[in-house]
Amino acid sequence: MHTFSYVKAKSVKEAGDLLAQHVDAKLLSGGMTLIPTMKARLAQSSHVIDIAGLSELAGIEVKDGKLSIGAATKHVDVSRSAVVKKAIPALAYLAGLIGDPQVRNRGTIGGSLANNDPAADYPSAALALNATIVTNKREIEADDYFQGLFQTALDAGEMIVKVVFPVPAKAAYEKFPHPASGYAMAGAFVAQNGKDVRVAITGAGPGVFRWKEAEAALGKKLAAASVEGLNVDASNMNEDMHGTKEYRANLAKVMTKRAVAKLGGK
Amino acid sequence: MANVNLKINGKAHSFDVEDRTLLVNLIRDHAQLTGTHVGCDTSQCGACTIHMNGVAVKSCTVLAGQADGADITTIEGLAKNGKLHPVQQAFTECHALQCGFCTPGMIMAVAGFLKDNPKPTDDEIYHGLEGNLCRCTGYINIVKAVKQASKAMSK
Repeated sequence: MHTFSYVKAKSVKEAGDLLAQHVDAKLLSGGMTLIPTMKARLAQSSHVIDIAGLSELAGIEVKDGKLSIGAATKHVDVSRSAVVKKAIPALAYLAGLIGDPQVRNRGTIGGSLANNDPAADYPSAALALNATIVTNKREIEADDYFQGLFQTALDAGEMIVKVVFPVPAKAAYEKFPHPASGYAMAGAFVAQNGKDVRVAITGAGPGVFRWKEAEAALGKKLAAASVEGLNVDASNMNEDMHGTKEYRANLAKVMTKRAVAKLGGK
Repeated sequence: MANVNLKINGKAHSFDVEDRTLLVNLIRDHAQLTGTHVGCDTSQCGACTIHMNGVAVKSCTVLAGQADGADITTIEGLAKNGKLHPVQQAFTECHALQCGFCTPGMIMAVAGFLKDNPKPTDDEIYHGLEGNLCRCTGYINIVKAVKQASKAMSK
């Protein structure tokens, strides 16, 4: 690893000020992506600002039909939270599928969303559930937040404080994990509120995206058969040694059907 | 430089280390406890698994500074008063190792996971071991050992 200065921030304000002062500073929470990236020398930071212990970034609560999760909440805590399990069980299920147990013991929801890895799990939940990303500066709708491969609407000096998920009538997540890494080859998060159905696909493309044709079809009839005749556009999918564009497009559809079936729509 | 104060296996330590020092290097090089191994150094193999405040983590992916104030347990601290931890005992009896390189991490991961799930199903054991790799393909006996430890601990 290149050298850097490690700083433990005492507040969100201090962390934000440090970020603004140092253009090459990085925030550290669980470090499950940042530390391996720095070790591989794919990232070089002048300052690493540790925000893991900040109480302003902690907490899980449901209020007025919305589930709010602090940015520094670890995957293990989301997966085991009675509050999350009651409000949005699919979100607790998703958190329990991330990485491996040791990774879930450290990695955080804010970190996952700020990194926006194209094969990460949380972005699909945030997008399908129409979440609001609350930062130290403003509130960003999920539809505006995710901007493709590792890109988000976050500005320099901006950090996620919490994520607010409207509680849906029903939601389900299905993922086809890569057998070695556990990352999603394709994952589909489907959320339903009456006729309003949102489908977000992760892993298959260069960034999380909504499959709007499936949303329209599922809005008319919430059944796996509704997406049978549809296809995800393969031309926009990822292609690498693990799978072709067509394979990933098909997996996205299969995962969507499985998620819908889980919602009770056979 | 970072001043890191922490407890390792019940003993208080204070080290001045470079800011980029990893917890695993602090444990191995500064505290000179070499039971914790560095395998892949890319957070995949789990050989460096230790307990930080009672929770299993990969110490190659934690900065020493992040462990300031923490209570660390390594493989050397698992046995109490000369008596092996039930997971260590089970690994010994079930021959849950071949070369032994992954064993300290395996044992720390299993000890952590049995705390949360004292009576795991086979499937839960497989998922519980997802963060640890054994390249001697010794998983059959490792799974046996987890089951035996689970029984011994729930007595």
